[in-house]
Amino acid sequence: MDFDLNEEQRLLKESIDGLLTDSYDFEQRKKYMKEKGGWSKAVWGKLAEQGLLGLPFAEADGGFGGGGVETMIVMEALGKALVLEPYLATVVIGGGFLRHAGTDAQKAAHVPGIIDGSKTLAFAQLEKNSRYDLFDVATTAKKKGDGWVIDGEKFVVLNGENADTLVVTARTKGDRRDKTGVGVFLVPANAKGVAKKSYPTQDGLHAADITFTGVEVGADAAIGNPEDSLALIERVVDEARVALCAEAVGLMDESLKTTVEYIKTRKQFGVAIGSFQSLQHRASDMFVAAEQARSMSMFATMANDFENAKERSNAIAAAKVQIGKSLKFVGQQSIQLHGGIGMTMEAKIGHYFKRLTMIENTFGDTDYHQRRVADAGGLI
Amino acid sequence: MDLAFTKEEQAFREEVRQFFRDNVPPDTRRKMVEGRHLSKDEMVTWWRILNKKGWGVSHWPKQYGGTGWTSVQHYIFNEELQSYPAPQPLAFGVSMVGPVIYTFGNEEQKKKYLPRIANVDDWWCQGFSEPGSGSDLASLRTKAERKGDKWIINGQKTWTTLAQHADMIFCLCRTDNNAKKQMGISFIVFSMKSKGVTVRPIQTIDGGHEVNEVFFDNVEVPIENLIGEENKGWDYAKFLLGNERTGIARVGVSKERLRRIRDLAGKVESAGKPILEDPAFREKLAACEIELKALELTQLRVVADEGKHGKGKPNPASSVLKIKGSEIQQTTTELLMEVIGPFAAPYDVHGDDGSNEAMDWTAQIAPSYFNNRKVSIYGGSNEIQRNIIAKAVLGL
Repeated sequence: MDFDLNEEQRLLKESIDGLLTDSYDFEQRKKYMKEKGGWSKAVWGKLAEQGLLGLPFAEADGGFGGGGVETMIVMEALGKALVLEPYLATVVIGGGFLRHAGTDAQKAAHVPGIIDGSKTLAFAQLEKNSRYDLFDVATTAKKKGDGWVIDGEKFVVLNGENADTLVVTARTKGDRRDKTGVGVFLVPANAKGVAKKSYPTQDGLHAADITFTGVEVGADAAIGNPEDSLALIERVVDEARVALCAEAVGLMDESLKTTVEYIKTRKQFGVAIGSFQSLQHRASDMFVAAEQARSMSMFATMANDFENAKERSNAIAAAKVQIGKSLKFVGQQSIQLHGGIGMTMEAKIGHYFKRLTMIENTFGDTDYHQRRVADAGGLI
Repeated sequence: MDLAFTKEEQAFREEVRQFFRDNVPPDTRRKMVEGRHLSKDEMVTWWRILNKKGWGVSHWPKQYGGTGWTSVQHYIFNEELQSYPAPQPLAFGVSMVGPVIYTFGNEEQKKKYLPRIANVDDWWCQGFSEPGSGSDLASLRTKAERKGDKWIINGQKTWTTLAQHADMIFCLCRTDNNAKKQMGISFIVFSMKSKGVTVRPIQTIDGGHEVNEVFFDNVEVPIENLIGEENKGWDYAKFLLGNERTGIARVGVSKERLRRIRDLAGKVESAGKPILEDPAFREKLAACEIELKALELTQLRVVADEGKHGKGKPNPASSVLKIKGSEIQQTTTELLMEVIGPFAAPYDVHGDDGSNEAMDWTAQIAPSYFNNRKVSIYGGSNEIQRNIIAKAVLGL
């Protein structure tokens, strides 16, 4: 049992923290938001240069063979700096499908572009009525010759506006809520029949609603078994949840730090408001919430390697519950302790609050995952 | 980072578990599961079994009878002990006064007291809190005056846990009225059988008798019963309170109780089916289990940190243990109340002697709920814990 980082992991942390300290303060972030697509190609290039975009890929595929802990380190750092770039969509999720089920040809076609920063991906999964159920898919993929024809609508596709390739869940057979019959397809973003409506999200990222109308792709577009890929989707989304947990821990750390600094300097009644016990206790409770979240983020990171898929999912669901509860408390109280200034766009704390809030509602909220744990027979 | 226990650690867990299976008297275990009070005899019998095995004072240095276990082994031992469940060693002797004596006491004191603590030949109690000194412990007023070769002690202590069983007390006494309040306190030990010591029970809201008031009326104590230096008692008290950081989370206790809740909730009916099938109840139970898992991981982080970096520097996460540990213990007793529903009401209809196994397990649920309100109050209330985090961790 060991919770420390090894030497290489420590260096990785130093390197990404260093990069982001230099190139990602709050003012710089505002500039990146205004760039085309809403994030910085230059920063993305630096992440590629430092090998961070290739981190989780196997060495045989040109990557560095990093595991869950490495991704946790990166996601925490990205959270701390409130990074806009599509690491989750491209490296964790898009890359995750390729890592877990991509054929050699698929990997050869997509992984090098991810690693060198020239290509980004997006995960087109959410549908109007699917909410958090990954198997709930109305979009269809119908066989045509050797290939497939995709029809349907996907919503809030993160990085959907910029991505070169879309990873799309679509049903090859059965009814909307059947657990079998769901496939995963790689679709070029510029394929005929793909229509995108892009918009900024509440937390400063960018997403798109995407319509697929008779989009034709080849047989080689399917990742994994096109008729039965729910387990694959759950596997990759579990990894995304773990990554979000780590991102949230980074966000909470920075929120707490910023808030504590603020109440140490903000004076009222002639004294720093941090000298008031009611605020001290609130800050202590935020610390408790953040530490519990950190513990569960570590747990989820390690659970990601559990061989039993049910245990893995249950543990990660539990982590998402704890993260959801902690982030709500830390986020809300960060605003409260900042007072009026916390309500302004100008102060950075509100932007952390908004990103935290959106994480709760991504890939299952607290209630959803709590129900999953309860239905699975608990955690003891 | 690696969450897995080593093969050796797993084997150790099995060894500990097997020892409990073979040696904890079944009645003792049953009473604990049912939340009953144990008699002095039942506790002492078990502790002597443990001591005979060499595990009575496991965390003490080897030369005084400790085991030399790693922090992870201590963690495993405590978890297994709490979740079996079997009574934990008497904290007042083993975790509190023992370490003070072997760290600050003289050779004679070590020889005289330590073996008797280990074998519970003496039952120790703690003379810290006073009616006017709770969270502000340093304001205590019990006085020890030096007269020839004796201390003359006058004053009153309160919340003295199980003083009714005690042979010995370790007592914070004011020995200098003129110094700053923390600087005039001494750490003195003496027999509870001394002339002038009166123990008066305090009945708590659960109807139980765990705590007492203890009065000292010109109690004469030999001068050599001072531990360490005169007027340094506050330092020893802080050492004592900081000594047991990870046990306070009581993860094993909560685990055992959650297993019991799951078991009972599968039997007690609500709306014609087990209450465990009620989604609202089940989610509450899951929520508590998740909180406990997070706490367990936080505790493991502290344990691993101590193992690696020694006990010197406190891990900031350790401050979380008391607050969350007590909250979760309280939540488990609330869940038990919810399971038992209207049958929480009857008051001790069959007595507390545990003789009627079939009938009266329900009678302890409400008292246990009432009793557990104490856990966020004792050992430095949770509000004091928040002060500590604000000051020591956040720098406020």
